[in-house]
Amino acid sequence: MKNALDRHVPAGFTPYSGGIDKETLRPRIHKRPAVNKKDKLVSDIALVFDRLKIGDGATLSFHHHLRAGDEVMNLALSEAKRRGLKNLTLAPSSVFPNHKLLAEMIESGAVRRIYTDYLNGPAAAAICGGKMDGLLVMDTHGGRSYAIETGDIEIDVAFIATPCATAAGDGNGFFGPSACGSLGYAVSDMYYAKRKVVVTDYLVEEVENKQIIGEYIDYVLKVDRIGRREGIMSGTTRITRDPVGLLIADAAARVLAAAGALEDGFSFQTGAGGISLAVADRLKRYIKEKNISAAFASGGITEYIVAMHNEGLVRDLYDVQCFDLAAVASIGKNERHRAISAAQYASILENNVADRLDIVILGATEVDTDFNVNVTTASDGLIIGGSGGHADTANGARITVIVTPLLKTRLPVVKDRVVTVTTPGRDVDIVVTERGIAVNPARADLLEKLAGKGLPLVTIEELRDKAIKIAGRPERVPLGKRVVGVVRHRDLSVVDAIYETGGRR
Amino acid sequence: MIRSCLFIPANNPAMIQNADLFGADAVIFDLEDAVAVEEKDAARSLLREYFKVFAPAARVFVRVNNAPEWLLPDLEAVFSDKIDAVILPKADAAACGRLREALLRLEKERRISKSIGIIPLIESARAVLAADSLASLSGVVGLMLGAEDFTADMEIERSKSGEEISYPRARIAIAARANRVIAVDTPFTDVNDEDGLASDAARARALGMSAKAAIHPRQVEIINRVFSPRPAQIEWATRVLEKSKAEKGVFSLDGKMVDQPVIERAKTIIEKAKRYKLL
Repeated sequence: MKNALDRHVPAGFTPYSGGIDKETLRPRIHKRPAVNKKDKLVSDIALVFDRLKIGDGATLSFHHHLRAGDEVMNLALSEAKRRGLKNLTLAPSSVFPNHKLLAEMIESGAVRRIYTDYLNGPAAAAICGGKMDGLLVMDTHGGRSYAIETGDIEIDVAFIATPCATAAGDGNGFFGPSACGSLGYAVSDMYYAKRKVVVTDYLVEEVENKQIIGEYIDYVLKVDRIGRREGIMSGTTRITRDPVGLLIADAAARVLAAAGALEDGFSFQTGAGGISLAVADRLKRYIKEKNISAAFASGGITEYIVAMHNEGLVRDLYDVQCFDLAAVASIGKNERHRAISAAQYASILENNVADRLDIVILGATEVDTDFNVNVTTASDGLIIGGSGGHADTANGARITVIVTPLLKTRLPVVKDRVVTVTTPGRDVDIVVTERGIAVNPARADLLEKLAGKGLPLVTIEELRDKAIKIAGRPERVPLGKRVVGVVRHRDLSVVDAIYETGGRR
Repeated sequence: MIRSCLFIPANNPAMIQNADLFGADAVIFDLEDAVAVEEKDAARSLLREYFKVFAPAARVFVRVNNAPEWLLPDLEAVFSDKIDAVILPKADAAACGRLREALLRLEKERRISKSIGIIPLIESARAVLAADSLASLSGVVGLMLGAEDFTADMEIERSKSGEEISYPRARIAIAARANRVIAVDTPFTDVNDEDGLASDAARARALGMSAKAAIHPRQVEIINRVFSPRPAQIEWATRVLEKSKAEKGVFSLDGKMVDQPVIERAKTIIEKAKRYKLL
């Protein structure tokens, strides 16, 4: 079956229709309070597996707030491996290169199916190499939450790494040796998984501002360490110093100002990438110069955005995930720096933040002449990331701006057809590169506002041609025939299939 | 008429590819100091290929190697009608003559109608003294100060304030002006000191330098600003030219005398302002 983007959709999935239907929503299942309400504290993962009867065929979930420093998924997988469990399904919100054991368990056949929002490293290579029996389902952050809330993903046991927790299972991510800030991606798991385990290395008597609620927690597993500090902060980024990146950021800020998108009270989200942060820096200058303020900034929050908030330039921060220590410190003490769940961030079941955004600034691995964006696979098909909140915010925001160099390591970024669609072109409005700005022709309103403002406006085809003139037309790396995964939009409709790479890397 | 010349190492594909993006009035593709000996061949071939694909809007200069065993292979490899001028390091009259000869030969052999200019790099006490005669040589379109080598030759320290190069700056600027060629100032080497760059560029401009070299794209905007007419100057020049249409001979504006030299000055300002799209 083909979807509206002329991409293959495997049987059993809903094809993307060309838009998100926010009216006919799937119903929520009931929240699941804890089954076990006393003597929750345990100190041995084996005991958790015994008591929760985790066996063959179980679905286990994890969050990725500890990023590349996470040791909780490895802990649970080690125990599963020790027990020789088979036919497991995993639902981690992201998978990082430190999850080597997952790759091993994919190859051994112990893990047969994965739902995640972002994936790179050895597990990605194993899946792309065709080593997993079942399908990989790549969701958006909002989509994952929607899938869990509606029972599309049924989690047997959620392991919730919690940097600061009580023996009753109340907790947050603000304090303790593994503090990572907001635990937004774990909240749906906490409410809707059948059984829930808080895993912590920092037990306290009481937790204020709890994001993890003991009423929903069956067990609290105390371990020596839930994460490696340096890996937890691996999301830390700085404003790019690359002169091309700065040019792109300048152009993005100019285009937003010219589009009239920077009025007092506007809202925005920028990624933590170097160019995105540089755009935030340009917005900051603009806000100061015009003596206005932004209503809110959302998403993964960085030191830079925190500083803007502290200067009074951004009134509220909606933080689903802290990217650095400054953001962690701020969220623990500042009431207008609000920890939100993935559902509040981007689930179509909620009055979500993504849908209230005026502007989102996003990156791209590839963009095609239909404005489709790929941030899931490299040009050879290997999975190197995933939507995260990309497709959610692109769909929700009033203006979606992609900032990207036209060429990356000699490869054109703008091309006829992206390898994998992560975010459909319908949700992408403006592509800003160092060699011109292309506006989606569907946005006649923007084209009208931007005309005659001295901006280097070109068509997306002109951008493609410029890139090819410089770099030549790269030979397409043939992909395997076998589908190893699907990419779902925030309503769980499939925008594209992911194919086996044939182990070229 | 240029304000900024951005150095780009000719062996760096990413930088070469983006050379035309930063608003520099000229780019200098460097085959000399920025390129290690073992990289020279790669740099030449990269630059040759670049000229086949790109047609930069900026002026194109190439800094070649001065040593005879490098100079000719450099020219043979990268020679193209995309080049506006060749910058010759450690220049003296004899080397400029050899370069001129080689350029004329290549222009003929490769059948290009354009005349490629020469910009001697003034890097020694001897060259500073010879600035006027170098600027007057056939084919020379500009002079450029190389302050690091010059101060090394003089055995004096370089400083941020640049007093030690006031004299060579002034002498080069005057020699260039006298021969109606451009005078390009030495780069400011601390790429993180934007205020320092602005002051340094202002000093060079005050002494009559017409442009300044940049070693980082971030420096271009500042240099362009310093070497552009300021808004107040443009406004003044506009008024002078408007009034000169109605008045004959000497007249007065804002209580100050305006005669022909002042009108010429106003014309130059307006010409520059138009060229740099400030009007």
